[in-house]
Amino acid sequence: MSREHKQAPYDFNLIAELVPVGSRVLDLGCGDGTLLEKLYLERRAFIQGIDIDPVMIQRCVEKGVPVVQGNLDWVLQDFNDSSFDVVILSQTLQVVKKPDFVLQHMLRVGKKAIVSIPNFGYWVNRFQLFFLGQMPVTKDLPYAWYNTPNIHFCTITDFRHFIKNQGWKLNAEYFLRSGKLTKMPMPNLFATDLIAIIEK
Amino acid sequence: MSSAKQRAYQLWTVPKDMLPFQLESGEKLHELEVAYHTFGSLNEARSNAVLVLHAFSGDSNAMKWWYTMVGPGKPIDTDKYFVICSNVLGGCSGTTGPASINPQTNKPYGFSFPIPSIRDMVRVQALLLDHLNVKKLIAAIGGSMGGMQALEWAKTFPDRLKSSIVIASTTRLSPQNIGFHVVGRNAIMSDPNWNGGDYHEHGGPKKGLSIARMLGHITFLSEEAMYEKFGRKVRKHGRNSPLSFGEEHEVESYLWHQGSKFVERFDAATYLLLTKTMDYFDFSDGYNSLEEAFAASSCDFLIISFTSDWLFPTEQSRDMYRALLRAKKSVTFSEIETNKGHDSFLLPNPEMEDLVRAYLEARR
Repeated sequence: MSREHKQAPYDFNLIAELVPVGSRVLDLGCGDGTLLEKLYLERRAFIQGIDIDPVMIQRCVEKGVPVVQGNLDWVLQDFNDSSFDVVILSQTLQVVKKPDFVLQHMLRVGKKAIVSIPNFGYWVNRFQLFFLGQMPVTKDLPYAWYNTPNIHFCTITDFRHFIKNQGWKLNAEYFLRSGKLTKMPMPNLFATDLIAIIEK
Repeated sequence: MSSAKQRAYQLWTVPKDMLPFQLESGEKLHELEVAYHTFGSLNEARSNAVLVLHAFSGDSNAMKWWYTMVGPGKPIDTDKYFVICSNVLGGCSGTTGPASINPQTNKPYGFSFPIPSIRDMVRVQALLLDHLNVKKLIAAIGGSMGGMQALEWAKTFPDRLKSSIVIASTTRLSPQNIGFHVVGRNAIMSDPNWNGGDYHEHGGPKKGLSIARMLGHITFLSEEAMYEKFGRKVRKHGRNSPLSFGEEHEVESYLWHQGSKFVERFDAATYLLLTKTMDYFDFSDGYNSLEEAFAASSCDFLIISFTSDWLFPTEQSRDMYRALLRAKKSVTFSEIETNKGHDSFLLPNPEMEDLVRAYLEARR
């Protein structure tokens, strides 16, 4: 439940632009604190991170980023309603035990949630599963099935259905292809990642 | 207290015009001396001070008892920081306490010394900082009872520190913690040499104090650490004890050793008073919630707990960071994996050392 810097720096610029200046921001699975530090410097945000990995806690402390060590499967219960403007979950939803629980709490604790997820429906993944009959292993998803931290994969379509069924609003969607914004049609087939802004 | 024998610490006599010092209990001290150590030097901007707060049985010589943390090149680096540590009010290592002479009776206070609160201790430390010309601290840092003082600093003097570092501590004792203190105090007061607390001129309740300390040491270790340290090894001993069966378990000799070493340096009345100080400490006293108690604080917080500390378990640290988050404070919390129990904060622990080093560095 932590993010290595190298795994997902690509969406940080975009996410930073989506955060209003002066916001109170909570980053779940904040990794080494790169995104929060950026938000502090560029958006004058009040920042707070959560991560489970002691190594990442140390890295955050080195950057001066405040971080609480905790497991996303229960730590969100420690936070008050609407105590943050923005709650971010970047490349982490697929590793938690209860994604629905985490998203529900994100929208309780924050006024809005920014979520970025890898898209399991990306055509390369489909290709590998369909033609090779194997769980996909790609540049963006480099793990084998037995050692992957990613235990809850979904496609962009799955994610949209989930948000709709919960009665939440999907205020904005941004599609990425290997780190770059893409306007290509049929994102569920051609995008590797989704960044979504969700509100209640 | 002005004994002629050589002492390692410096002694500051609080000037008459700042006295009497009134404790939270309402009682007044008409004379007050503070024993302290400083390490490193204060920079020109007077902006590099770190206050180290000792635990129950500590003293002002932080470089000795916290050798893993304080010193040149150590996490609380005396080449960079001006490190201050003073013996607490009511202590027995130089600062005015039960062994000091009560100016009104010309005899040691003994048991009549008022029970200081954690806030009283912190207020005395603030006077010392004024005396040392230190306005603002980079951090107030301490473990166990030292952590309680670090918390109190954030509440009582919010403008005087950038950060509060609270290690293996709690915002209030559990009934289990208090229970252990009760047994310790009873051991002391059952000793015939306790003499109602009037013992400073003859001997003192050494047996009782030693038993209290033995109990304490059990609570400082974890079950696993005790297995590691002693196993079930048995050895012969030559000591004359009423329980002598010619041999004893390793753990028994350890506890005897700790107990008898302790009575040479610690005062029984201080033991009684300071355990009471901790029993009474409740950070949220006078507030509706812990969250409210933190409201006036403006510093950053670093909270550290240890997985095998069953005296002040992680859950007590979680209560702290939860309240701080709710009070919208900036908080860092880390639970460090170790099997060394409550004692962990005094032992070498690379993870704790790295965290504190980086935390201070980021605020320098």
